[in-house]
Amino acid sequence: MMSVRIIVVLAVLTGVTGSPNVMIKPEADMSAHPNSVPETVEETEIFGQQNVPVLVGEEAEEDVMATGELNPNHYPAQRAAKVVQHYLNTRYGSPYRLFGLQRVNSGNAEDVADSGRKYQLEVTVQEIIGNTTEKCSAEVLFPRGERQGSAQVQASSWEELLKNDTEAQEEALYQEYKMNQSLVTAQNLPDSYGHIEPDMKPLWHLGFVASSFVMLNESTENTLYNMAQVANVTQLPTENDQLKFDYHILLHEMVSQEIIHWKLLFTWSPPEGVKVLQMEQLPHCHHCEKPPNTN
Amino acid sequence: DYYKYHPMPEISNWMVQMAKDHPDVVSIVEYGQTYEKRVIKLLKIGVNTGEKKKAIWMDCGIHAREWIAPAFCQYFVRQILEAYKTDSKMGEMMKNIDFYVTPVLNVDGYIYSWTNETTRLWRKNRSPGTSSCNCYGTDLNRNFNANWGTIGVESDCCSNIYCGTQAVSEPEAQAVTYFVGSRREDFLCFLTIHSYGQLLLVPYGHPNSTAPNYKELMDVGLAAADAIRKVHGKSYTVGTSPAVLYPNSGSSRDWARMQGIPLAYTFELRDDGTFGFELPEDQIKPTCEEAYSGALHIITYAHDKAFNGAVATATALVFSLGFKLVSETAFILICC
Repeated sequence: MMSVRIIVVLAVLTGVTGSPNVMIKPEADMSAHPNSVPETVEETEIFGQQNVPVLVGEEAEEDVMATGELNPNHYPAQRAAKVVQHYLNTRYGSPYRLFGLQRVNSGNAEDVADSGRKYQLEVTVQEIIGNTTEKCSAEVLFPRGERQGSAQVQASSWEELLKNDTEAQEEALYQEYKMNQSLVTAQNLPDSYGHIEPDMKPLWHLGFVASSFVMLNESTENTLYNMAQVANVTQLPTENDQLKFDYHILLHEMVSQEIIHWKLLFTWSPPEGVKVLQMEQLPHCHHCEKPPNTN
Repeated sequence: DYYKYHPMPEISNWMVQMAKDHPDVVSIVEYGQTYEKRVIKLLKIGVNTGEKKKAIWMDCGIHAREWIAPAFCQYFVRQILEAYKTDSKMGEMMKNIDFYVTPVLNVDGYIYSWTNETTRLWRKNRSPGTSSCNCYGTDLNRNFNANWGTIGVESDCCSNIYCGTQAVSEPEAQAVTYFVGSRREDFLCFLTIHSYGQLLLVPYGHPNSTAPNYKELMDVGLAAADAIRKVHGKSYTVGTSPAVLYPNSGSSRDWARMQGIPLAYTFELRDDGTFGFELPEDQIKPTCEEAYSGALHIITYAHDKAFNGAVATATALVFSLGFKLVSETAFILICC
């Protein structure tokens, strides 16, 4: 097993009101899936929700002092490591390749003057579909203050985790969806019982990858994101040989326990990977609110 | 079918069936009402000795969307009833203690989460907000009288961690508070079952509070996590909420510990986020098996701590005498 060193310098948008530019500078080594977001992403927040929870009173001692060596099982290291998972999925995820965080082996954090806090982590990552694992090193920088950051990635070869050959399956899927007489639609992946029809699984995987772009963007030291469900999939006409999709996804944010709705417009093809065109947060659910004329 | 998710009417029918099938050890106790006026019920399981007995508390489904939890409570009941017939340890425990198991505490919320796909991820109960706030529901696990409203909560009634208008404002929390509170010296152990995250959380949720028996809680918890790992290899992290997950206040676990119940744990069952609340039904069996192993460890420890003493010594004596007899017999047989 090769040790892989990635340096993930992560920008997190805090207190967003406008439409920030998210710049992801692709690495020179693009031999793997160059999943990407275009240079300018329009992030329209219709409902200006802040998802940072309000903690009345002190944050845990741990958090104030989360510097130096970290307990790998405690939340500071775990939250930072989850961000690594999101990053990996945006870069290398596909309908047949998904990454999960299996465990954090060790972690270290330090304040970087004028920048933020930097986490160095040793993690074990799992490729979920092929069920392989790999030990990796990563760095995560959560920026502080007013500056907008940008995600910069330097990666050494990822061969071990990418060695499962997914090319044939991806190509087959791509052709099938490209040639379909009618455009695919789907809802509720998984359904209430956790079930996904086998031929819908690749669509769920795609949702996982696409939502990782949002989760990567939204993550801070105070959040832990997972995708809860793909609520709706609408395939749009293929454009420039890219399959195009409109997804409505539900994210679960652990600290606030909220379910957050996002709309994602993205394209996919085996050579190009997932490219997000638009992401938009949707308003808090309507039925949570009382109908008018109550009381 | 213990490996499928069941709507509330099926769970209620099952409870009635359990009491019918095992009238000597199982009875239904109605101990409260939900906001929408549904009855909150538990199964009291244990041999009727006619005396006041020590007890174990388990509740599931305090959060509506955590469907694996009620499934586990049902599985747990089935397991102890089966083990009681064949396993002498369980037989002993059934004589000495009563198990109080609430398969669904937040009945209104659970029913609501079954309405349709858009309600599946509901968490709170269904009490209406105040007149000034436009949303339903209070987070029952922030509503108990344990450092209520101090940390890890929101005062906005639309929030999923809204702690309510005051401590124990919610009828569901009141039901537990009254029932367990009025019997608190009897309870050896208080287990509240949730998902997801694969964690065993010990009191307290406030970072500045340490439980007096923190070491014991951690030791027993770590041993329970070991028991869990042995079943299907899944890792459950053990620790306080503020260390492992996030600070919180008003949880049922914290309240139970403050009542003096020594072993109070929050179980966060599978998974680690891949499916989250919508855990596939084919994972119900392994999840229940491993969680049962963990819960049983804690319960056995609690039981043995209360009932050990003479029993253990006597058992040890019998074993050593028996061993002596066997080894002497073997010696005679082998050498001659």
